[in-house]
Amino acid sequence: MSEQTSTSWQPSASDFAPKPKHQTADAITRPAMSYWQDAWRRLKENKRALFSLYLIIGLVTFTLAGPYLWTIDPSAQDLDQIGMAPGADRNVTIAPAYQPWYGPTDDQTYANDNALGLTLVGNATSQAVRLAWRGNDYDQADYGYKIYRTLFPLDAGDAFGLPLMESKNHYFEDRLDLQPTDYYYTVVALDSQGVETDQFATLKLTVKRVITVLEAQQRGLTKNGPVAEGEQIKLALHPFGTDYLGRDMLARLIYGGQVSLFIGIFAPLLYVLLGVIYGSIAGFMGGAVDQLMMRFADFAVALPFLLFMILLKVIFGIGPGESGVLPMLVAMVILLWPAPARLVRGQILQIREEGYVSASQLLGAKTNYLVFRHMIPNTMGVILVTITFQVPSAIFTEAFLSFIGMGVAPPTPSWGSMCNDGIKSMLTRPHELFFPALFISITVLAFNLLGDGLRDALDARMRNRE
Amino acid sequence: MLRYTLKRLVLGILTVWFIATATFFGMHAVPGDPLSNDKSTTAQIRANLEAKYGLDKPLLTQYAIYLKNISQGDFGISFTQENRKVNDIIKEHFPISAILGILAIVFAALGGILWGALTALYRNRWPDSVIMFLVILGISVPSFVIAAISQMFLVNINTLAGTTVLPVGGWGTVWHMIVPAMVLGLSTMAYLTRLMRSSMLEIVNTDYIRTAQSKGLPKTRIFSRHQLRNAILPVVTVLGPAIAGITTGGFVVEIVFAIPGLGRYFVEAIQQLDYTVIMGTTVFYGAFLVFMVILVDLLYGWIDPRVRINP
Repeated sequence: MSEQTSTSWQPSASDFAPKPKHQTADAITRPAMSYWQDAWRRLKENKRALFSLYLIIGLVTFTLAGPYLWTIDPSAQDLDQIGMAPGADRNVTIAPAYQPWYGPTDDQTYANDNALGLTLVGNATSQAVRLAWRGNDYDQADYGYKIYRTLFPLDAGDAFGLPLMESKNHYFEDRLDLQPTDYYYTVVALDSQGVETDQFATLKLTVKRVITVLEAQQRGLTKNGPVAEGEQIKLALHPFGTDYLGRDMLARLIYGGQVSLFIGIFAPLLYVLLGVIYGSIAGFMGGAVDQLMMRFADFAVALPFLLFMILLKVIFGIGPGESGVLPMLVAMVILLWPAPARLVRGQILQIREEGYVSASQLLGAKTNYLVFRHMIPNTMGVILVTITFQVPSAIFTEAFLSFIGMGVAPPTPSWGSMCNDGIKSMLTRPHELFFPALFISITVLAFNLLGDGLRDALDARMRNRE
Repeated sequence: MLRYTLKRLVLGILTVWFIATATFFGMHAVPGDPLSNDKSTTAQIRANLEAKYGLDKPLLTQYAIYLKNISQGDFGISFTQENRKVNDIIKEHFPISAILGILAIVFAALGGILWGALTALYRNRWPDSVIMFLVILGISVPSFVIAAISQMFLVNINTLAGTTVLPVGGWGTVWHMIVPAMVLGLSTMAYLTRLMRSSMLEIVNTDYIRTAQSKGLPKTRIFSRHQLRNAILPVVTVLGPAIAGITTGGFVVEIVFAIPGLGRYFVEAIQQLDYTVIMGTTVFYGAFLVFMVILVDLLYGWIDPRVRINP
């Protein structure tokens, strides 16, 4: 408006000219934000969800870039380091080749601190442990001895462990799968019936790892020049240890992650997509078609999932324990589409009744326009959240199937089958179970938290509902 | 209500028929047949065996016989354990799985309601954070890992105590059931805790709570009579699907704890390709789940009158 307030004002022609167009009153001062920009902004505010997103990106990078950075073959065996925990001693001493042993010499001295005079002869090495004993000193008759070995200290009433041999001799040589660790050897005297008496002696030994020059050459340990007897060298590095067959855990975790994440991400993508197509057709058609399609989905959703999962894997002509990744994927898609289909149908039915759809129809919008402009963008949030929440269950399914021996075929590793292997030896080598279980848990946790964050960010109706 | 019940029952029977049909044609699509596993069978022996198991008839006739037998509750004879009826196997092993499952459900439901109510009561204070952290952990760790770890824990406890405080595996007494049932119910409990918490928080803002507050009712009474009672309703709805989860989760627990339940038997049957046992168990489990869900839905209508009006 004009500032002039004087009474002597006279209108001029310029006062009747159109005003310049100022629309400051209803200008949008804040930058316009699309739905997705707004969702991304909200997701960024959620520190837990954002951290989970970075974690997932990190895990995917780990499995995809891993093979190029850590070039060890996941199925190659390191025979010198079987079932080694991470950070275990990697030193090895070069020893002379194995020579047969025919018992102690006559000038052998025996220990006096145990009942049988049980003594170690020579050094305890991973090549051989040689034991000799004076014998049963309270009974003149000598009916033989039984030799046991165990990894755990003996308490009163405990078993002696693995029975190795029954022998009439006063010496014993152990060459059975010796690892560089502590062993407890027990020798028990037998009576005339071959029954164990209460005369026994236990010896604790620390076995030292040795290899011969020839073995060092065969395993490629002589890169830094030739080695001589008595020299100490280092074995190959396994940052996460090795499994029960001496395979590198890190390499197996990388390759296993490829399988687990592939199934975990692609299976939900595929079956949610199928469900979306099915559900939106049903929701959009309505009427009898809708009823028929949804009745079928009701049946399919009632199928006991894991039973049919196993059944389908049998049907695909693959016996137990020898199936691949693809049958698992197909079985999941066949069985799991109905839940997202029902969800999307519900959404479509809801959106169809919304005012903006009626308005759009009133303005002459065609079906195509309605579907691509209103229906799909408005269900996208729900769909994305569903996919994110389905990833953990897909990963669990893979792990479960591998656990009962219906998973991916060996030697291909997956986190689930690694857990299955690790459980068998969890008391002595916990790292074999710990690492794959940790990776599964972290992945599932990250997807759960990201799903929570996505739901809060994308789905306004569901917000703050936990 | 009667109409609704009847409708649900008819649909349930149709679903079981669907499951049976899918299983039958699925198993018949498997390349090869169960008899080809036998080492040396002459044509005559093979023909006799086929006649014994009814495999010489056309597929549709077999299907008709199969449906007739199933409707009479007869699942046939095991292929690997000769002359043992699948019915007997189910009769022997299912009660064990069922007891374990019921215990797990009770444990999960009680735990879920308790922890969920606690978290809502102490919202955003430390009990809430601790419980919700444990819940996230319970959802994220695979069940077989939890089973293995708890078994390792039991071994250590028994070693420390010097006697058997709780048995590490096997079946027989009540003591055998406690830890497996807890492990089995854990993930369901975690899920129910989350559900209970959100349901409690939603109810805080309802009109009837405000009315109760304005009437001057004591806080404990509002909590127990109004908030808790109404918050339990959604928990009851998911109990049906939770039973499904617990029966299938039972496989793992039964394997780890060496419990002779039907789940473990099913896995063994799969590994030995014992066709009749696989089919019988699948149909049996399927029917069990379908009718459990119906039962829970009807129960829900009984607990919450609002559902009854508009089923």
